[in-house]
Amino acid sequence: MAVIASGLYHGVNPGMGWPLAVSAGLMERSSRALVSALWPLATGHLLAMLLVLLPFALLIAIIEWQHTIQVSASLLVIVFGLYRMANRRHPRVLARISPAQLGLWSFAVALAHGAALMLVPIYLGLCRETELDRGHAAAGTLINANLGMAVLVAIIHAAAMISAGGCCAWLAYRYLGLKFISQSWFNLETTWAVSLILVGAIALVLSLI
Amino acid sequence: MNIRPDPTFHASPRLAMEAPPESFAYTVLLSPDASQPDALAVIDVRPDSQTYSQVVHTVTMPNKGDEFHHFGWNACSSALSPLTGHAFLERRYLIIPGMRSSRIYIVDTKPDPTKAAIHKIIEPEEIFRKTGYSRPHTVHCGPEGIYISTLGGAGKDGTDGPPGVFIMDCETFEVLGRWELDRGPQTLHYDFWWNLPRDYMVTSEWALPPQFENGIVPEDLLSNKYGHRVHFWDLRARRNVQTIDLGANHQMALEVRPAHDPVREHGFLGVVVDTTNLEGSIWTWWREGGKFHIEKTATIPPEPAAKEQLPPLLQGFGAVPPLVSDIDLSMDDKFLYVACWGTGEMRQYDVREPRKPKLAGSVHIGGIARRTPHPNGKAFGGGPQMVEISRDGKRVYWTNSLYSTWDDQFYTDGVPGAMVMANANPDGGLELARDYWVNFPDGYRAHQIRLDGGDCSTDSFCYPSV
Repeated sequence: MAVIASGLYHGVNPGMGWPLAVSAGLMERSSRALVSALWPLATGHLLAMLLVLLPFALLIAIIEWQHTIQVSASLLVIVFGLYRMANRRHPRVLARISPAQLGLWSFAVALAHGAALMLVPIYLGLCRETELDRGHAAAGTLINANLGMAVLVAIIHAAAMISAGGCCAWLAYRYLGLKFISQSWFNLETTWAVSLILVGAIALVLSLI
Repeated sequence: MNIRPDPTFHASPRLAMEAPPESFAYTVLLSPDASQPDALAVIDVRPDSQTYSQVVHTVTMPNKGDEFHHFGWNACSSALSPLTGHAFLERRYLIIPGMRSSRIYIVDTKPDPTKAAIHKIIEPEEIFRKTGYSRPHTVHCGPEGIYISTLGGAGKDGTDGPPGVFIMDCETFEVLGRWELDRGPQTLHYDFWWNLPRDYMVTSEWALPPQFENGIVPEDLLSNKYGHRVHFWDLRARRNVQTIDLGANHQMALEVRPAHDPVREHGFLGVVVDTTNLEGSIWTWWREGGKFHIEKTATIPPEPAAKEQLPPLLQGFGAVPPLVSDIDLSMDDKFLYVACWGTGEMRQYDVREPRKPKLAGSVHIGGIARRTPHPNGKAFGGGPQMVEISRDGKRVYWTNSLYSTWDDQFYTDGVPGAMVMANANPDGGLELARDYWVNFPDGYRAHQIRLDGGDCSTDSFCYPSV
């Protein structure tokens, strides 16, 4: 549930790129161009998720440290949220990415804004549940299971993200018009930072009880 | 930072045209002999107001001799691109470069234009130190913040190294450094603009500071030593990708006006004078097959005049060159306005077929030989110069001064600051508004105009009009 919800949340945020698909569709005057712009956006987002999740998938296999890892991951997310709260500047390097490189842009923006990091505590929570059952399984099996779970989480999240973003893009392109872009855009910087802190805090509490 | 995007940011040119009309115009004033500090005038342009067409506020600078020329907004519709993450900036600050001093003023126009005040001053030394450039000129807001073109390189007379574009942070107004990574053959600079989704920039050439600061240098002009090339750049890669020479006789390629609708990959360029025949010309550039092309698409002939009507500079020619000093394209990309500062004419071209401009309207006012008065009877010194079009395309505003020392060479009687407005017919045709005439304070000349809520030479768009 949390995986899908976070995906939808990321997807509807214009900052994660759906207006770019609208622009692509309008520039080419074809809905096909809109859809084909969604692919790189989804792929970039997915890769960013995997890049952040996979190291944790390997780490968490070390059962003795599991608790420490969960606590530090939660703290990391909280600290990043606080950092986003304090520093509202946008990394300038993002502005150097050409509009033709939508996949790279989506990847970089998901990393820079902590979208991928937001998923870590959720993922670790899922791992914990499965691992309780197999406390004594071999490390190799555990790693495989964790990796599988990480890939699954990333795919479900990215699918939810691009469905939500795609819906917004399609609505703007087909029915609501370009005014929808400025009308639907809210400054989510604070909300986003609070979301990070919240997710981290919940995960921290859960891992301590 | 706002919670919603600034209501003056529009996704497409069409949405910008449908927005409420302008209420205030901002015009920079310069003291040609540097006896007074330069200033920013705020003019009421609401037709139903008691103070219509009057200066309602003036921001006077603390220094003298800055020489105001062009200026621009800190943010525009380009902020609606999600690529850049600037959606919650405000269109609030005017960035006003002093072209002679290399000082830059940031003026805050909120909460009320009639209370506009200086927000920050960037001293010349900071610009020299961080960029190696001098004489800042055109201002545009884009992906990496605020872009400012310069006319001079380093050194006292600005000839130590080429001029170029530098970047300023769009929130702190800190000068960040040079924009170019690979300038190719570019050595002169003037204006620039771009197509954001297509990711290219176009820059033009005027001259180096010794060729303009103390007046036009006739020998340099007649030996074709002013700028005559146009450069095309990869905007995000900051790299010159193509340079086209217009031919050395096409002296001073100035204003760059790309189509506002980003789906259109063409634009216009004005050339001041052809040294073989004194014509002014309009050029159309376009991109096709990954390459840029440019061709001369309209010419404006010189007008013969008696020697006693001419300043010493022109007496040998027996004619007035049109001197195309500024051009501006309407938001719907249908009409191109061309200021003929020498002959005293504002031309309106129908450019719906970009490579076949058709003269659709014309107004005469001022001029070296014609000296046409305003319909209200008042004398108009100089000729039509900096032109700005309302977003809806119905009103065209312009002023009359070109550049302090050049004004004196072409208009020896002086160029008292004036600003007029013409009503444009949506189907073509132009007529001066009798009731619009701005009286500026004594001793000042008027240069570029900016409109609140954006105008046709400020806003660039990331989504096409549909």
